[in-house]
Amino acid sequence: MSSASKQDGPITYETFMSGAWKQNPVFSRLLGLCPALAVSNTAVNSLVMGLASSVVVICSSIIISLLRNVIPKQIRIAAYMIVIATFVTAVDYGIHALSLELYDALGAFILLIVVNCMILGQCESHASKHRVTTAAVNAGGTAAGFTAALLMIGSIREILGFGTFFGITVFGEGFQTWAIFVLPPGGFFVLAVWLIIFAMVQRRKEMSARPQSARSGKEVVHAT
Amino acid sequence: MSEKMEPAMPPAGRLILILSVIALISGVTIVFAYQITAEPIARNHRERLERAVFTVLPGAEQRVNYSLDDDGLARLAGEEIDRANVYAGYDSGGDLVGVALEASAMGYADTIRMLYGYSPQRECIIGFTVLQSSETPGLGALIATDPDFLANFECLDAELNEEQTALENEIRTVTRRDAEEDWEIDGITGATVSSEAVGRALRESAERYLPLLARYRDDLPEQMEAE
Amino acid sequence: MQPESLSFIFLNAFLINNFVLASFLGLCPFVGVSGKLNTAWPMGVAVIFVMLVASVCAYAINSILVYFGIEYLRLIAYIAVIASAVQLVEMTIKKFSPTLFRLLGVYLPLITTNCAILGMALFQTFNEYNFVQSIFYSLGAGFGFMLALVLMAGLREQLEFSNLPYVATSGAVAFMLAGLLSMVFMGFAGLGG
Repeated sequence: MSSASKQDGPITYETFMSGAWKQNPVFSRLLGLCPALAVSNTAVNSLVMGLASSVVVICSSIIISLLRNVIPKQIRIAAYMIVIATFVTAVDYGIHALSLELYDALGAFILLIVVNCMILGQCESHASKHRVTTAAVNAGGTAAGFTAALLMIGSIREILGFGTFFGITVFGEGFQTWAIFVLPPGGFFVLAVWLIIFAMVQRRKEMSARPQSARSGKEVVHAT
Repeated sequence: MSEKMEPAMPPAGRLILILSVIALISGVTIVFAYQITAEPIARNHRERLERAVFTVLPGAEQRVNYSLDDDGLARLAGEEIDRANVYAGYDSGGDLVGVALEASAMGYADTIRMLYGYSPQRECIIGFTVLQSSETPGLGALIATDPDFLANFECLDAELNEEQTALENEIRTVTRRDAEEDWEIDGITGATVSSEAVGRALRESAERYLPLLARYRDDLPEQMEAE
Repeated sequence: MQPESLSFIFLNAFLINNFVLASFLGLCPFVGVSGKLNTAWPMGVAVIFVMLVASVCAYAINSILVYFGIEYLRLIAYIAVIASAVQLVEMTIKKFSPTLFRLLGVYLPLITTNCAILGMALFQTFNEYNFVQSIFYSLGAGFGFMLALVLMAGLREQLEFSNLPYVATSGAVAFMLAGLLSMVFMGFAGLGG
């Protein structure tokens, strides 16, 4: 694995943004969906879950990147899981100590960060092959992308479902809340809508990049 | 994988050693995290319980923990709250306001855990709060916040029969008409299941504990006593 | 129904709080494998099987951890033991029943580190179920997962022939369908009352 480190270029804006936007864990790679939907019924819950996952993914990436030449290939997954589980347990205790309300709202889903495929994926495909700084910046990008995605889902659900944003009332008295949005089906619907928007934006970017082939884009998809 | 050739397998001993070292470090880290947070977590739980007890016993400012079962009412020393199921609340003058008891029942989505305050002098339920529920936000979850619903518990009749063995009138929730009797809870429209769960939980808990409380009444001091 | 009764525990995990559609657990395999009915079935069976193994393991480990008073190692212990137990079972099946292995084998490693499995183990611990209750809970969770997976696969097979706008092909339609199914499952919520 040491050979892989040589291909590291300097850290650029791209190192961060590839994780945050192009490879966005939720909208582009469909990773980490369980927490993205399960606890995203309010903006606060989403933010806390996003930050908790961020801490875990960044810390694990740093440790694994440091240990990348020590851990033999055969036991790497087991070793990654131990590192991740350690940070998750610590974060779980941290949130429990900070606020019981948050802890109850997030419940078992804090512990379930450990099986978030985004984190293991980040460790396996990036941190284990790059030097510490690159790994940390890229993990930071992924974490930012994940938190942003959660917030985008959580804000919509809270605004429509409770009529509030971070607990502040957005609409006037007469607003009839759409309870469905804070219930499980609402999570699926909001995610689906964001996926469509994300796909449209990506598509438009590709079109402007390759104006020639873009015109035929619609027909190509219909043919498949 | 980008590697063209599988690297030679290191000896098993080395693999086990590395894994054990990582596991050891991780274990130490977790114990460390656990020790730092143990105190604040315990304090959080204590404060929340305290808040809940003072919510259901209006006017109470001090709390004493008891454990109540068929064998009697035992005062628990200090913060031995794990075994406590009855919390007596005293006001600033040291007079007994009432006792807080836990109740639970199956709601719409999951078990609802609640705490209610009972005044032995007035023989009625004087306060109610939800400890834990996963009821539908905006519908079932209203049992925790709806002022009209909470107004049921200003003095909900929980009088015992003459033999002091059971409730004189069964507490119940009515949802299709207005509550007429003192022991009826006016349910929330659109949250029938949750409202009825509250009535059921209070009835079951009151049937179980209030006769016991009456039997061991002498063990519950009217005035706050020092430990 | 009493919250502790076995039938309720089963129904709760199976329909009322369906792991996929109400608790959002196991979404990755749910979206990944629900494309075709003939892969959805064996996947469902494999999940039921792994759930059962994991439930027994989790119950055993938790008893040990509680006995020694070291519950803070729960997460690591669950992950390690469940993963190794499934690996062992996989090897045993491979050796003794190649037919069964061909049917389930590919799916077993896939689902070991799936959040539905760990979630089930954690929930059964938090709910303080005893051994028999845990078994029923895991069976309910497993069958619930299979039901959701098979329903979804059936719907998505129909979609193959429809003319979707290009933006919806990235999985958005799958989530729309999941949302509709989830709404249907909300109807089961009153069963416990």
